[in-house]
Amino acid sequence: MRNRFRILALGTASVATALGIFAQSPQAPPPAAAGQTPASAPPSGQAPTPGRPHVFNSGEPRPQEDPVVAAHGKALYGINCQACHGPDLRGGDMGGPNLLRSQAALTDHHGENIIPIIQGARQAQGMPNIGLNNDDAGAVAAYVRSVIGTIGSQGKPPGEDKPLNIVVGYATRGQAYFAAHCANCHSATGDLKDIATRFPEPRVLQTRWVTGARTSATAGAGAQATVEVIPTLSTGGGPAVSGDLVHIDDFLVTVRLSDGTERSFKRLGPTVPRIVVHDPLERHREMLPTYTDENIHDVTAYLVTLK
Amino acid sequence: MNIRHTLSIASLFFATTTLSFGQGAGVAPSDLLKPLAKTWPTYNGDYTGKRYSSLTAVNRQTVKNLGLAWTSQLTPGDGSPGPNSINNNARNAVTTIVGGEGTGAISIHGGSIKGSALVVDGTIYITMPDNAWALDARDGHPLWHYYWKTTGGTHIGNRGFGMWNGYLFMETPDDYLVSLDAKTGKERWHRQIAKVEEGYFSTPAPIVIGKHVLVGVGNDIDSPGFLQSYDPETGDLQWKFYTVPMEKGDPGADTWTTIDAARHGGAQTWITGAYDPATNLYIFGTGNPTPAYTTGMRGDKDNLFTCSLIAVNVDTGKMSWYFQTSPHDMHDYDSAQTPVIFDGMFKGKMRKMVATAARNGYYFTLDRVSGEHLVTSRYGQTTSWANGLTPAGGPKRDPSKDATIPGSLASPNSSGTINWEPPAFSPVTGLLYTYEVDSFSIFYLTDPDPRGSMGLGGKEEASVGSTGSFLTAIDYKTGDARWRHKFYGGRIGGGGILSTAGGLLFTGDGSGSLAAFDAATGNPIWNTRIGQVTNAPQTFELDGHQYVIAATGDTLWSFMLR
Repeated sequence: MRNRFRILALGTASVATALGIFAQSPQAPPPAAAGQTPASAPPSGQAPTPGRPHVFNSGEPRPQEDPVVAAHGKALYGINCQACHGPDLRGGDMGGPNLLRSQAALTDHHGENIIPIIQGARQAQGMPNIGLNNDDAGAVAAYVRSVIGTIGSQGKPPGEDKPLNIVVGYATRGQAYFAAHCANCHSATGDLKDIATRFPEPRVLQTRWVTGARTSATAGAGAQATVEVIPTLSTGGGPAVSGDLVHIDDFLVTVRLSDGTERSFKRLGPTVPRIVVHDPLERHREMLPTYTDENIHDVTAYLVTLK
Repeated sequence: MNIRHTLSIASLFFATTTLSFGQGAGVAPSDLLKPLAKTWPTYNGDYTGKRYSSLTAVNRQTVKNLGLAWTSQLTPGDGSPGPNSINNNARNAVTTIVGGEGTGAISIHGGSIKGSALVVDGTIYITMPDNAWALDARDGHPLWHYYWKTTGGTHIGNRGFGMWNGYLFMETPDDYLVSLDAKTGKERWHRQIAKVEEGYFSTPAPIVIGKHVLVGVGNDIDSPGFLQSYDPETGDLQWKFYTVPMEKGDPGADTWTTIDAARHGGAQTWITGAYDPATNLYIFGTGNPTPAYTTGMRGDKDNLFTCSLIAVNVDTGKMSWYFQTSPHDMHDYDSAQTPVIFDGMFKGKMRKMVATAARNGYYFTLDRVSGEHLVTSRYGQTTSWANGLTPAGGPKRDPSKDATIPGSLASPNSSGTINWEPPAFSPVTGLLYTYEVDSFSIFYLTDPDPRGSMGLGGKEEASVGSTGSFLTAIDYKTGDARWRHKFYGGRIGGGGILSTAGGLLFTGDGSGSLAAFDAATGNPIWNTRIGQVTNAPQTFELDGHQYVIAATGDTLWSFMLR
């Protein structure tokens, strides 16, 4: 079912008048962002502010470090710090903590926190005096800050994700599962015959077949749901109307007819008027609680062969 | 409370050129101990978190006569016209009072009402991130507007004000507690409550209890959560309670591999809790552990006190009890939902209880004096990340449902069966009303580093659909759903729920309406098509009329019987 909110100037106005209520001007905001910590999908309603990269905490951009100083600091880091804190600053085998989430490093502006620590201020906590002078320790601080500046949204570590192989299932088992559960609606020689060519990235392919999304570029746009509305006497009578489902809720149903026009019906109750919705994606949703991860991985292993 | 109001002359005649003034004397701390009635003086209406109004004029019979009283579109920002500014009504133009530590370089014109208004003295006090307004409750026109120049921080929402006598308190995304004079909107003081550079951002509505203003924080990178108490008069810090162990030997330290992991372990405090005057305990939920999707240095244990309900003594800031609702969370299922406190029969005895329907799809009833576990149920019908219960009564995580490289299908998705939206409770029906989104995501592990990832990173989450979104009524005695009403359009209904002694529930329906439902059956009774509702509906009485208010984005709508 589609979530799109429709304003129906005529239909809504007449309903509104009948109920003595008020219809809204057509500028409904998108649904509220769900979460304090929204998932990457569905996205937060909080669009990044234009002109600012959508980075860690959306704060004021951190000042650019002098590249010469930061490069010098990077070299010194490699010599003096990397063994304990790791080549990516996220902690090392010898027990040095992750510097990218260090409160002292995150709040350092010009070495005021980091330089004393490099020079021995935390020996009691096990951090030795590295013995760098102020300039060299300051360069290391600049390098640390420059890496912190590349932390992604919601604390995502810097750097690109490494490509990982997600195809771990068995294609033959996947083919059998497909034959048993999918072949009623889909065909490996028909609608899906080149699906792995159209979606060469297996993660995308897997997500799309589980969702049931078709090839439209619009996320979430799936097969069109249709509806038949059978008016009753209390809803004005008349012949049944069918077409694409534009909108349905507890109080209203809207149909797009074959000539492109829309008709809406007030709903007086769950069965008044009678409404029959046919949504091709319903079956995909019903399947969600039934999959094991093995089922999913097997079907994906099968579908990636359909080129 | 029944105070006669005198509309200030300024608000009537000089609003276009001068400051105008709020009305009345504010809220005495003792008023906050009363059940929710004619006013709405604290985030949840009263301390119980029930969002149950005793008003009855709007009820199952009369709700069909509810009609528009007024609307008010609010323009956030520094006072210059914003992209959504279409309001040419001179009466609505008030001078913007500007505060804040920022340079003004970050201009955020957008904004949405995702919190609760305070309604006292015929005045509505309402917020968006960096912005606050006083509105005349009779017609919605602004009395003053306060704008905070930000230094940054995640601008995801602001849940509203706390109030102590004539003073208001709000938090800002860049982690300041700001106190305003309720009559004028002028700033009294502001205090830094956390550092934005450490990833903190602040959304909660402060709650005033006696001579304490309690404030929480949010953070997505790996930082410790905490709750702080400030003096409402002076702004001095009274105490700070960390929600993760900060030193070796602290309670819960043995549930982390290292103290360094605990000190970066999360458990943020981003939703206002409930307060029990009899025990002087403030009860609130905590957020996810960090890194959220990878165990790494967290170890395999419970990671206390993340994803927990915690009771602290308001005067000392010391923990009295805790109950963990998501032991060793791996899906960002913050347990920062509003807890609800109530008294009732349980297995033949009167008990003092607290209940929460958590984001992870599980419902809990506890004894609120001792924290004793009474009921756990799986109210999310497709919830799949856990198998059975721990000896303590929490869900037992199924490690095979953690994020994996080839993808792990789990329900609910990380947004949860419910998120920040306030639930409601009716003492008449004995039902807790919550949203329930039976959603699914495939969680792909993208950062298999044995040290663990950071923050909410290290995974890709692909939302793959939902088997239904519901308004669900849970029996506190069993945890079973008495009824479910399915929302059309698979997303969460709205910004929270209101229950009333008129036998009604008000909420957005997720399909463009504010709707009223029968609290006993869940049957829809009434709607008005104002758009997607972004906060929990509220109600109050003024001049003998019961009003119902709700927000859609930047617009507040007010209804009364016609």
